Amino acid sequence: MSSPMTPGIAAARLPAEILGENFGDLHAPFTPHEAAVAADRCYFCHDAPCVTACPTDIDIPLFIRQISTGTPEAAGKTIFDQNILGGMCARVCPTEDLCEQACVREMAEGKPVEIGRLQRHATDTLMAKQRHPYDRAPETGKKVAVVGAGPAGLACAHRLAMHGHDVTVYDAEAKAGGLNEFGIAAYKSTDDFAAREVDWLLGIGGITVQTGVRLGEGISLGGLTESYDAVFLGVGLGGVNALGSAGEDKDGVRNAVDFIKELRQASDLAALPVGRDVVVIGGGMTAVDAAVQSKLLGAQNVTIAYRRGREAMSASTYEQDLAASKGVRLMFNAQPVAIHGNGAVREIELEYTTDDGSGLKGTGETVRLPADQVFKAIGQTLTTDGGLALAGRKIAVTGAGRTSKAGVWAGGDCATGGDDLTVTAVAEGRDAAMDIHATLMGSN
Amino acid sequence: MADLTTNFLGIKSPNPFWLASAPPTDKEYNVRRAFEAGWGGVVWKTLGSEGPPVVNVNGPRYGAIYGADRRLLGLNNIELITDRPLEVNLEEITRVKADYPDRAMIVSIMVPCEEQAWKDILPRVAATGADGIELNFGCPHGMSERGMGAAVGQVPEYIEMVTRWCKQYYDKPVIVKLTPNITDVRKPAAAAMRGGADAVSLINTINSITSVNLDTMSPEPSIDGKGSHGGYCGPAVKPIAMSMVSEIARNPETRGLPISGIGGITTWRDAAEFISLGAGNVQVCTAAMTYGFKIVQEMISGLSQWMDEKGYTSVEEVVGRAVPNVTDWQYLNLNYVAKAKINQDDCIKCGRCYAACEDTSHQAIAMSEDRTFSVIDAECVACNLCVDVCPVENCITMEAMQPGEVDPRTGKVVQKEYANWTTHPNNPGAVAAE
Repeated sequence: MSSPMTPGIAAARLPAEILGENFGDLHAPFTPHEAAVAADRCYFCHDAPCVTACPTDIDIPLFIRQISTGTPEAAGKTIFDQNILGGMCARVCPTEDLCEQACVREMAEGKPVEIGRLQRHATDTLMAKQRHPYDRAPETGKKVAVVGAGPAGLACAHRLAMHGHDVTVYDAEAKAGGLNEFGIAAYKSTDDFAAREVDWLLGIGGITVQTGVRLGEGISLGGLTESYDAVFLGVGLGGVNALGSAGEDKDGVRNAVDFIKELRQASDLAALPVGRDVVVIGGGMTAVDAAVQSKLLGAQNVTIAYRRGREAMSASTYEQDLAASKGVRLMFNAQPVAIHGNGAVREIELEYTTDDGSGLKGTGETVRLPADQVFKAIGQTLTTDGGLALAGRKIAVTGAGRTSKAGVWAGGDCATGGDDLTVTAVAEGRDAAMDIHATLMGSN
Repeated sequence: MADLTTNFLGIKSPNPFWLASAPPTDKEYNVRRAFEAGWGGVVWKTLGSEGPPVVNVNGPRYGAIYGADRRLLGLNNIELITDRPLEVNLEEITRVKADYPDRAMIVSIMVPCEEQAWKDILPRVAATGADGIELNFGCPHGMSERGMGAAVGQVPEYIEMVTRWCKQYYDKPVIVKLTPNITDVRKPAAAAMRGGADAVSLINTINSITSVNLDTMSPEPSIDGKGSHGGYCGPAVKPIAMSMVSEIARNPETRGLPISGIGGITTWRDAAEFISLGAGNVQVCTAAMTYGFKIVQEMISGLSQWMDEKGYTSVEEVVGRAVPNVTDWQYLNLNYVAKAKINQDDCIKCGRCYAACEDTSHQAIAMSEDRTFSVIDAECVACNLCVDVCPVENCITMEAMQPGEVDPRTGKVVQKEYANWTTHPNNPGAVAAE
């Protein structure tokens, strides 16, 4: 048994029961009483700002009223009508930046209605019922290929299947779910929720999932467009940006997304090694997820080093506070310049930065932090574009996910438009499905 | 701090807050706790005739309706009068009154509509040293099926007759408690007055079914699958009670008849409102049953603070102050013009005013792209619905237009003179203004 003080990268820094507590549900589900009290706070606003703020346009006042009148199942249906992954979104949405930020009670009292937790109450209640809540329309005879079984692909596939199309979903990983399964912090998706949600979603019927199939290896976009009536790409961002710092190849330096993925799939958290001194480079949700989970695994010191100021950090204030409350140090205006160590990382050298309005510049002053593990979380890049036209570093889309190639749609993180959020990906997948449906049925 | 001492029918109490005849006043233990908590008086739960006491159901007696956060807004009950032996109650009343001589002790009574029954019980009640009696002519459930309670209160002749007996056989104040389950409360009040009543108290509870169990199809409270209408009380009945109190207070026939106000009084403000409408004191039940006896402390401090702020030195000064302003619709000033005004600093942009006005009223609120809500004066009839549905108190107010200004809705100049329906040209029965 090691401890947080054990030098280097070590497993079992904390006893199993502590690890169990650390990786339990970040927010326990509401009890029915808590849900009733929380629901009573909703004002049932006209043209509610929370709905406007929701990328999937969930009718929030309606579903909350349905909870308060004792029909959480109907509330769940209201949510799923707009967002079939409403269960996961209730867990991972940055509600503090979306619906809850827009809540008029946030303006009035600084205390929004707890929309996220109410959404979880509703979706959990309906999902606990035996039957999938939607029926398929009569089969249309149309076949659609969906590449990527993440939020965008799943939302697209479900909506298409619901309208009677025959959908095949391909995914490079061994399991469906995409970032829901591999990419978010474990304490946001406990009890294998991502996998359970996929199973539940597939209950609609008409969807075949083929895992372990990567675009470009075995299937090609050209082949798919020949075999299917339409193709939707929701392949996400497969690459990780490099630091470009000397020593980046040393042992102990790895991609944060790989660490998070490994953690999510680990059957025994105690067997998962983590450094004593962990430094995470980046300022987004991935950086926070990697840092917090390192701390929860028992790392003694965890630092997030971000090259810009706090206000520029893409992780929300809530996420920053979560990290701080777990004991993660947030270091701003510091960019990596070198990673030191003899084979394995021992220290990371950071240069302070400043921005006088003409762009970020190093000040020349550096500081060294002890580090036996460095996680890179400075963004991901598109690796699978299928030869489609790009805009910036993403697949260019217009309208509801139409790419440069007829018959091919794209959505989620791989495509332009919207933030890289689960809920945005769901909205894009859903809307592309409706556009595909209209196109295939000749009503466009 | 204002002196809240109240002299009602010559009965002194340290404050105008009495507990109404109800479960909280059914026995010595409760009443002692009430007096310790500060209540000015109690009306002891209704006594029946000598003999085997009534029995209550052995299942739920109360049903409720709720507002947000499960705030109890209305309560109903199917409990009967005291189910304890008369002698026990009388002994307890005697003891408590002796120990709390400064508090009002009124005994509620309900016996059959026979002179002998009243003749029998009144001397025994007098012997307790209680300060007065209240005749329960109001209970709408159970006892009314046996010809008592509301069954008496709904027949003015019976009220007058029984009241007269009581005045004949009892020499302290007689208060007649009225049922609201009638069409015109002025009639029973006048009957009580004719019978010699020293005061009326109102309202008793209202016939009600609070809910239906949709699984068993039984009204609640349900007794083995069946329910019966119960008596409704609590904050929800306050408007009904205040209207009835005001009708008696301003009716020429009953003007000056002392009134003990009852019905949904929950805060000092409710009490002050009843008093302003003519109640000499107030009786409280549901609020105590919801929150316990301690609430009287807030009632005392609140009423006292308000009286200090207004410069009132006694409750008596407040009694009936609002009565002259209660009038018939036909006398309302039709030349008064107001417009809603939304304070943008207080607005939280929920849009409820907009939904209410746009969907159900006069389309007099505009909504901008950035959710700024503003009143369209040319459409606003000042109906007050926006004020009523706004979650923020005083965010929307009704502002009177000044004489000489032009009402953009009608294009007419606001007149300074008072003018009502009786002289309005649209009124076929209009009389020429003098």
